[in-house]
Amino acid sequence: MESSRRNFMKIGGACALGLGALPIVKAYAKNEKPQVAPDSKALVATKWAMVIDMKKCWEKGKPGCKDCLLACHSVHNVPEIKTIKEEIKWIWNEQYEHVFPGQENHFLPEEIRQKPFIVLCNHCTNPPCVRVCPTKATFKRKDGITMMDYHRCIGCRYCMAGCPYGARSFNFRDPRPYIQTELNMTYPTRERGVVEKCSFCDERLAVGLLPACVEACKCGALCFGDIEDPNSEVRKLLASRFTIRRKPELGTQPSVYYIV
Amino acid sequence: MLERALTGDQKYYRWITALLILMGLGFAAYLVQLNKGLTITGMSRDVSWGFYIAQFTFLVGVAASAVMVVLPYYLHDVKVFGRITILGEFLAVASVTMCLLFIVVDLGKPMRLLNVLLYPTPNSILFWDMIVLNGYLFLNILIGWNVLEAERKGVHYPSWVKPLIYLSIPWAVSIHTVTAFLYAGLPARHYWLTAIMAARFLASAFASGPALLILLAFLVKKYTRFDPGREAIDKLSQIVTYAMIISVFFVGLEFFTAFYSRIPSHMHALQYLFVGLEGHRNLVPFMWLFAILAIVALVLLINPSTRKNDRTLKIACAAVFFSMWLEKGLGLVVAGFIPNPFDQVREYTPSILELMIALGVWATGFFVLTILYKIAASVKEEVA
Repeated sequence: MESSRRNFMKIGGACALGLGALPIVKAYAKNEKPQVAPDSKALVATKWAMVIDMKKCWEKGKPGCKDCLLACHSVHNVPEIKTIKEEIKWIWNEQYEHVFPGQENHFLPEEIRQKPFIVLCNHCTNPPCVRVCPTKATFKRKDGITMMDYHRCIGCRYCMAGCPYGARSFNFRDPRPYIQTELNMTYPTRERGVVEKCSFCDERLAVGLLPACVEACKCGALCFGDIEDPNSEVRKLLASRFTIRRKPELGTQPSVYYIV
Repeated sequence: MLERALTGDQKYYRWITALLILMGLGFAAYLVQLNKGLTITGMSRDVSWGFYIAQFTFLVGVAASAVMVVLPYYLHDVKVFGRITILGEFLAVASVTMCLLFIVVDLGKPMRLLNVLLYPTPNSILFWDMIVLNGYLFLNILIGWNVLEAERKGVHYPSWVKPLIYLSIPWAVSIHTVTAFLYAGLPARHYWLTAIMAARFLASAFASGPALLILLAFLVKKYTRFDPGREAIDKLSQIVTYAMIISVFFVGLEFFTAFYSRIPSHMHALQYLFVGLEGHRNLVPFMWLFAILAIVALVLLINPSTRKNDRTLKIACAAVFFSMWLEKGLGLVVAGFIPNPFDQVREYTPSILELMIALGVWATGFFVLTILYKIAASVKEEVA
């Protein structure tokens, strides 16, 4: 066989490429997943959902109460970056016209127009963020929670373009110096360059605790439970009260309901 | 053949040096970004894609330069394109290279880039865009290089290249379609949620790619002894004319649907772009410049006497290129985020470092282009 340095380089290059592709082949070929035994105290559900009673929040809560927001942000080491551009938000307040755009009119009661609404990730049944993520770094759990894997996210921010609710925040800078609350050593802090959002407190559910915001609300305005269980508290509320969801016309099927 | 890029006159070296300096500055700016994060850009949680992704989107269009010479030459036997297919292919290589670099500089975690391969996700359009763009890059490198090498040796190119050439034609359509799908499938981004997005991408690509190719053909003719041929430029200018007419027509369609239906969410982005929304009007001058340039280009292109005149054709092509750059490389991506999901207007202005990085990527693209064109022109001079 005739050989030259050129051919040798070509074959060598092809071999190196082939070896480099080996981990990819393995990634495609593997099918078994590691098994982890769940905590016996863990709260489980077929599908988690939340009903937010804004009336209760406004009437029973003290004015300007931010218990739920603060609880969440301190439990999850959410940094406090004070610029509108780079704010990290898991759960926060917005006005009616911004939460339900297109559904406002000039003659709504003063209360509805002025009072704060609580917003967070809707954990959609049909989440566009999961559909667009190129690495499955954001994914849907069997119990309906839309999860984020901060260690897999490549920071392409496609999910932020996909989310119709502005529920996702990107770490434009290193968030760690901006954590104002006492560091919760049991929950990971994030690095710069990844997207984050509310996770319905999956880490608390796993050890038998309700989400931090639900637990923190003294007036019981936040109700969390299994929407597939007809006897659950959320189902009772949904059956007895009129509720609305954000942007229902998009077909995302949010799991967060509002009583107005 | 690569050695041909190493020899040249003083002008060539000066140009290469200038590009290398810009690349160096861009790289230095990128190191700052790598160190501090995307906070150094003008992007925000509301406008989460900015200048980088807009440049990427525009440059996918420029890559259409290849198919617009390859398709007529190989499928319709338009012989005049035989001399310049290589220029179209090499321009596509340079543009796709820039596209990929713009994606990389936009990532928050570039070191995790290969996660896209390790965790392949077919339901993500970005996954498919990665496949079609890399595929198109390799197709054009393989085809261009082998055909040129065969030309240099005075033989016919190897037979296995032919199927790849045919494959490259539908593949070119796929890069525009898939890139359009990145945007057109997102709920609640009303400006992007339009069924003619892919058609608009194809039309504007077939205008901007060949327009730049014409300008480059004039440059090649001026600085080397290789003449791409007047007839080829004539044919290309006809393609640019039709594509530009269709492109502007498509923009008009968007206006009709939005403003005749009077659905606020459909009108907002267009209002923001052309008259401003809630007092925010950052992009208004640019979009009017787009409109004026588009009209200038159409007048000069449709009129046969100005289209056939070298000087006015150059102006027309520059107008096509810059108007499409304003529309795609500036307006389209940013306006998709305005207003934000809370119906608020949060504007975006790229930062100096962001622009420096972008300039560095453009310089890299032109560096690749210069090297490839130098090789192509040297070979053509040699065999002529």
